[in-house]
Amino acid sequence: MAKTKHRLVKWEPTAIKEELLSKYPPKVARKRAKQILINEAQENETPEIQANVRTIPGIITMRGCTYAGCKGVILGPTRDIVNITHGPIGCGFYSWLTRRNQTDATAEGAENYMPYCFSTDMQDQDIIFGGEKKLEKAIQEAYDTFHPKAIAIFATCPVGLIGDDIHAVAKKMKEKFGDCNVFAFSCEGYKGVSQSAGHHIANNQIFKHVVGENDADKPGEYKINLLGEYNIGGDGFEIDRILKKCGISNIATFSGNSTYDQFASAHVADLNCVMCHRSINYVADMLETKFGIPWIKVNFIGAEATAKSLRKIAQYFGDKKLIEKVEAVIAEEMPLVDAVRDDVRTRTEGKTAMLFVGGSRAHHYQELFAEIGMKTLSAGYEFAHRDDYEGREVIPDLKVDADSRNIEEIEVNADPERYSPRKPAEEIAKLEAAGYKFKHYDGMIPEMDKGTIVIDDLNQYEAEKLVELLHPDIFCAGIKEKFSIQKLGVPMKQLHSYDSGGPYAGFSGAINFYKEIDRLVNSRVWSYMKAPWQENPELSATYVWE
Amino acid sequence: MTLLRHTPKEITERSALTINPAKTCQPIGAMYAALGIHGCLPHSHGSQGCCAYHRSALTRHYKEPVSAATSSFTEGASVFGGQANLLQAIENIFTVYEPEIIAVHTTCLSETIGDDLNQIRDKAQKEGKIPAGKHVIGASTPSYVGSHVTGFSNMVKSAVAQLAESTGHKNGKVNILPGWVEPSDMEEIKRLATLVGVDSILLPDTSGVLNGPLSGEYKMFPEGGTTVEEIKATGDAIGTLALGEWCSADAARLLDSQFKVPCKVLDMPFGLKATDRFIDALRTVAGVSVPNEINTERGQLVDLISDMHQYFYHKKVALVGDPDQLIAMTEFLVSIDMLPVHIVTGTPGKAFERRIREITKELPCEVNVKAKGDMFLLHQWIKNEPVDLLLGNTYCKYIARDEDIPFVRFGFPILDRVGHQYFPSVGYKGGLRLLEKILGVLLDRKDRDDPEETFELVL
Repeated sequence: MAKTKHRLVKWEPTAIKEELLSKYPPKVARKRAKQILINEAQENETPEIQANVRTIPGIITMRGCTYAGCKGVILGPTRDIVNITHGPIGCGFYSWLTRRNQTDATAEGAENYMPYCFSTDMQDQDIIFGGEKKLEKAIQEAYDTFHPKAIAIFATCPVGLIGDDIHAVAKKMKEKFGDCNVFAFSCEGYKGVSQSAGHHIANNQIFKHVVGENDADKPGEYKINLLGEYNIGGDGFEIDRILKKCGISNIATFSGNSTYDQFASAHVADLNCVMCHRSINYVADMLETKFGIPWIKVNFIGAEATAKSLRKIAQYFGDKKLIEKVEAVIAEEMPLVDAVRDDVRTRTEGKTAMLFVGGSRAHHYQELFAEIGMKTLSAGYEFAHRDDYEGREVIPDLKVDADSRNIEEIEVNADPERYSPRKPAEEIAKLEAAGYKFKHYDGMIPEMDKGTIVIDDLNQYEAEKLVELLHPDIFCAGIKEKFSIQKLGVPMKQLHSYDSGGPYAGFSGAINFYKEIDRLVNSRVWSYMKAPWQENPELSATYVWE
Repeated sequence: MTLLRHTPKEITERSALTINPAKTCQPIGAMYAALGIHGCLPHSHGSQGCCAYHRSALTRHYKEPVSAATSSFTEGASVFGGQANLLQAIENIFTVYEPEIIAVHTTCLSETIGDDLNQIRDKAQKEGKIPAGKHVIGASTPSYVGSHVTGFSNMVKSAVAQLAESTGHKNGKVNILPGWVEPSDMEEIKRLATLVGVDSILLPDTSGVLNGPLSGEYKMFPEGGTTVEEIKATGDAIGTLALGEWCSADAARLLDSQFKVPCKVLDMPFGLKATDRFIDALRTVAGVSVPNEINTERGQLVDLISDMHQYFYHKKVALVGDPDQLIAMTEFLVSIDMLPVHIVTGTPGKAFERRIREITKELPCEVNVKAKGDMFLLHQWIKNEPVDLLLGNTYCKYIARDEDIPFVRFGFPILDRVGHQYFPSVGYKGGLRLLEKILGVLLDRKDRDDPEETFELVL
């Protein structure tokens, strides 16, 4: 086994914060100081963190852009929509299969366009004279070649600048075809301050153009939608397996392993379960306002969290049959989880982790680490807003700045025909009185220990400093951060796309994750950083034969 | 079930829709070239997504840290211009990361709004934002022109245009511009030059930068890379060998016209004949005879070709990649009597098709070649005329699996295999490696498919 490097130096969190800021020019330091918070974890005393603000030019950020959030994250995992990137070739190329979204298109006749990359490959003459004609032609060529049920158009930076009206082109082509829904996303990379703006734009358009298109009733009992699950490394498959085993029908996953028809039928579900709060909480709100479907926050990352979420779903439906089934499934699944966890824990107990990813993953995965006795020293989000850190109570206090004002907010009203409250008000009130929480998310901060450090929009310099100062046993971030952290001799696990491996959701996922972390933190490779002659540079004076 | 199940065999003309591109955009090439300058932090002038995508793509290919900064445009900068963002970025970068040099490249965003990099750099200089002895260079790389290959070329050209100096005294060195090849290839090119006895300046040089060791230390600026001093000295060199018309010729011609450093543009030294020409050029420049070690290496490659010729002879190959690499690779395949029949590069340029036609003109079969093609077209060609071997980047694995074709990864990006960072494909040793890989997949296929009665131990 590798030599354990318990270098938990007695650093005060305030000293660490000071050290992180010390090299910055004063203006940068002032701004970053507001995004680094030492968690007090005391009720109602958590100070405010600054989030969802602009990245500082020149400071190497982990963040991507609005296009990446829209096309890459939300629409990427839908298999039967032809996604055309309108722009120069790069954006489409980089978002082509790079997010490890798995999909099951093995059914006879199933469409699957995910292995394809479609682009208008704009050239300089398109920038000068406008790209609408080329876009129109590209949509026509896609239709003629594939006859898909839907075509989606994504704007890249120059499209917004030259003013191509992609929505008008989409509308025209939709009317022309008649049997193919065509819609567009104004997701130019420069909008907003991170991927988060792109999620918003994607969700709004899917809500406007697809959700509610299919009124046909769906078979099955206990109908839910799973919001904010992207099926990275097969997470969605594992969650679906468990739901099915419990007898719960998943109408639509937004948007892992998803199809056009799932979105179109989402309004027939009776409960919305939100996984990634950041990327999709507003869709849950809109589905409630328009169709009367209540929503709850769930978390299928971690075995305990999975059990808790299943019970929460069962409690909502309140049906004895379902409650018993859920208990039976948990009882059946847990022994294997417990056995692996207990074994792994003997080698991971007391080790430390840092998590800097996405807009919920840095929260959810702390559960898995806790289950194997690992402590999270520091965590933060790449593109979250304050409510993801501090809970939804702060939403009314959030200031809408210029960057957020550019992102469309859609006005939603109750659908005159299709709105129906899923439960009578008194039943909802009864559940709430019993402690059941609808439309609720506490955020990450309350669940973290006192004295841990929460950092928004962590950058490469701070990541390196944190690792140097606290030397965690594992660091979790994305591909861009992976190798600089590993050069420091610390294993890095990607939590956006998991490197290899997965699923990590649900019960089987928890087992996979325990084993993966065991492998990473106990790998022999981390003991090879120095050659024998580097560990012991002094030459011995005598020549000894052994 | 096939993965690319919607690709029809019938080929219809497409003029607006690119499907499965065989190229990507200019800035990523500029970033890769900049990483081959010692102490250099590449900087992407545009919105932050470009930088994130380029860093991710390069990281996935090289499995190494790739640092680069961005101007992080939001809507305001896109309307009012990115000058303020770039000035702020330059100041922050020199304060926090302390590079020797920042290599800025534009994106389609900053190009479309018309930001002038030289003017902004001069302003930064005037305002004291560039510390003494440090440098900022810039290259114009709009994504709607050329491809990743031209972006690479533009950054190399900018580096010499903005840094090279002529003192009037020749320094006896030979500039070698290797083009977009792997760090391992750059290392091999240096080794060959040294063996022949040429004192060379390699620009760029990503060896040691993008194939570094794991040692418990992280250096944002590793030991490798062409130093600014070396780039300055390219103006005093006795000559330049530019490897690859697309990747390297522009910089070489600029050194020629501006500093009177004569240049020779050669093919990238993949395979026997292109390596022969490279070694011959080195010998001529240095005025020396080729050392025996190189003759031996060459002989080994010829030996392997003759030993295994029966397995290559008239096997059909489809290939996709960057023009300079494809030209040399096609010539290599022809030279060992294979039949490259479908060839696609995404990088535009009519000269590519002409070169390929020339190289393949004596082949006893039709050859499909397209410069402005995509991998969807390549796949359709294969459906119509099947091949025995596929050569290309990782995205080809979908075609290889669907059509059940032996496949060797070659080019950029390779996301799912390693080795390219460490083992060269250029030179005679690189030729041996390419042949070994090609033979490996062809013989594996033979072993898989041979019926029981002809399955043999000795091949």
